[in-house]
Amino acid sequence: MSEPAILVEDVSMCFKLHAKKVDNLKEYFIRRAKRDLTKGEFWALKHVSFRVEKGERLGVLGFNGAGKSTVLKIIAGVMRPTEGRVHVDGVIAPLLELGAGFDQSYSGRENVYLYGATMGFPRKYLRERYDSIVEFAELQEKMEQPVKNYSSGQRARLGFAIATAVEPDVLIADEVLSVGDARFKAKCEKRIMGDMVARGVTVLLVSHSTEQVRRLCTKAILLDKGELIAAGTADEVCAVYDKMVKKK
Amino acid sequence: MFFKELYDYRFLLREIAAKNIKIQYRNSVLGVLWTFVQPLLTTLVLVIIFGKIFGRDDPDLVNYPIYLLSGRLLYEFYSKATKRAMRSVTLSASVINKVKVPKYAYPIASVLSEFVTGLISLLVLVGFMVFYIVANDHPPHITKYAFLSFVPLVILFFLCIGVGLILSTLAVFFKDVEYLYDVFTMLLFYATPIFYAPKALGTGARITRLLEFNPLYSVVDMFRDCVLRGQLMDGGEVLYASLFALGTVVLGGLLFKSQQDKFILYL
Repeated sequence: MSEPAILVEDVSMCFKLHAKKVDNLKEYFIRRAKRDLTKGEFWALKHVSFRVEKGERLGVLGFNGAGKSTVLKIIAGVMRPTEGRVHVDGVIAPLLELGAGFDQSYSGRENVYLYGATMGFPRKYLRERYDSIVEFAELQEKMEQPVKNYSSGQRARLGFAIATAVEPDVLIADEVLSVGDARFKAKCEKRIMGDMVARGVTVLLVSHSTEQVRRLCTKAILLDKGELIAAGTADEVCAVYDKMVKKK
Repeated sequence: MFFKELYDYRFLLREIAAKNIKIQYRNSVLGVLWTFVQPLLTTLVLVIIFGKIFGRDDPDLVNYPIYLLSGRLLYEFYSKATKRAMRSVTLSASVINKVKVPKYAYPIASVLSEFVTGLISLLVLVGFMVFYIVANDHPPHITKYAFLSFVPLVILFFLCIGVGLILSTLAVFFKDVEYLYDVFTMLLFYATPIFYAPKALGTGARITRLLEFNPLYSVVDMFRDCVLRGQLMDGGEVLYASLFALGTVVLGGLLFKSQQDKFILYL
């Protein structure tokens, strides 16, 4: 079997939470003196393992708090798992929800370069792709305006346009396709199913819509309270999820 | 390994530093001119207030306005750079939470951007020097040693990076570090011979030796040797300040590295 694009092996993630949030020195020293720095443990992920082959599109399903974002953050390299191992082959492009990584007082054009640099791409590389980014985001008239004047849909469009223009090997979409109007959503889906499939990009898609997962993904996993309870083809897993939704 | 990553992300360093500078002066009428106007005005105020007390003809001072300005510019750079670095990680939380990015790029880029504006504001110092030389009024002694003025600046740069790494790490876990540090920098202003000559304090050798523990003392003194007194820097001061700066960089780097995986849980 060929090298997988993403390999998640027995990953567990434990958050140690202070019973009360300690974020100032006074509190810290008082509690330390009283030996009151007890921490509650919360396992956001428990022994999760799965693999994604190159070019596969994996849907990640689960209720709120199931651990979907935590899995994606660990795959993106933002968080280090408490236990287990993650291996990713290639360049990852994360999709910031609502363009959260943009600088609000910076213009759209400047944010293209800043965001690109955050992902490790030089200015020249982005300059070559700049026109196609603007065109895809349909923001020709707004690129010189500060991003704070953009609507949330416009920010998401720009974020999606940048993240897909840099030709990543792995694209992570954390509920990003749920913002923006229907027309742009369709355009994004078209880009994923067109360019991305053609280039063999591996896609991770978090969604609450089983319809969307069925349409876009080849495979899916289902998380519940940090545990992987189903994995398989998109249709199989979506059926399990739909059943769970009905039961609740 | 560390240096390779830093090299790979040199674009990011440049983009963040450029952003800091651009945003700072955007929407201000005078724009980058503020880098000149601000030190000019504060120096004038300080000269007027302290000139009578500390500005007496003292061969050590050579020229009081230049003495004051050279100390103040370096202090301002230190204070602005470390404060910006301190807040850089918490302010970039939205990016750090989403993208895998070398986190130390934020404090380092903060020091870089302040260093650039600091260098620009040094032109005010050049202006002062030219003015007093042309007017032949207590002219600064300019000799070949003026070319060495980059030495204290480089030492100061690394000192800021080290302190910035330490402070940005602490600020993630404890919000009040920011308030404490504001008080600390105010004390530092008085503990550094900026508007006074250490001798003029008349407090004796013990206090002077205490003041000399402050690495900014050495840096400012070295800088004045270059641009004001026209003499070779004191080797002991160079050694002390360099070792201090290097020590903070190593300490800051280790602290940051050991804690950075935890940042995301607190941001």
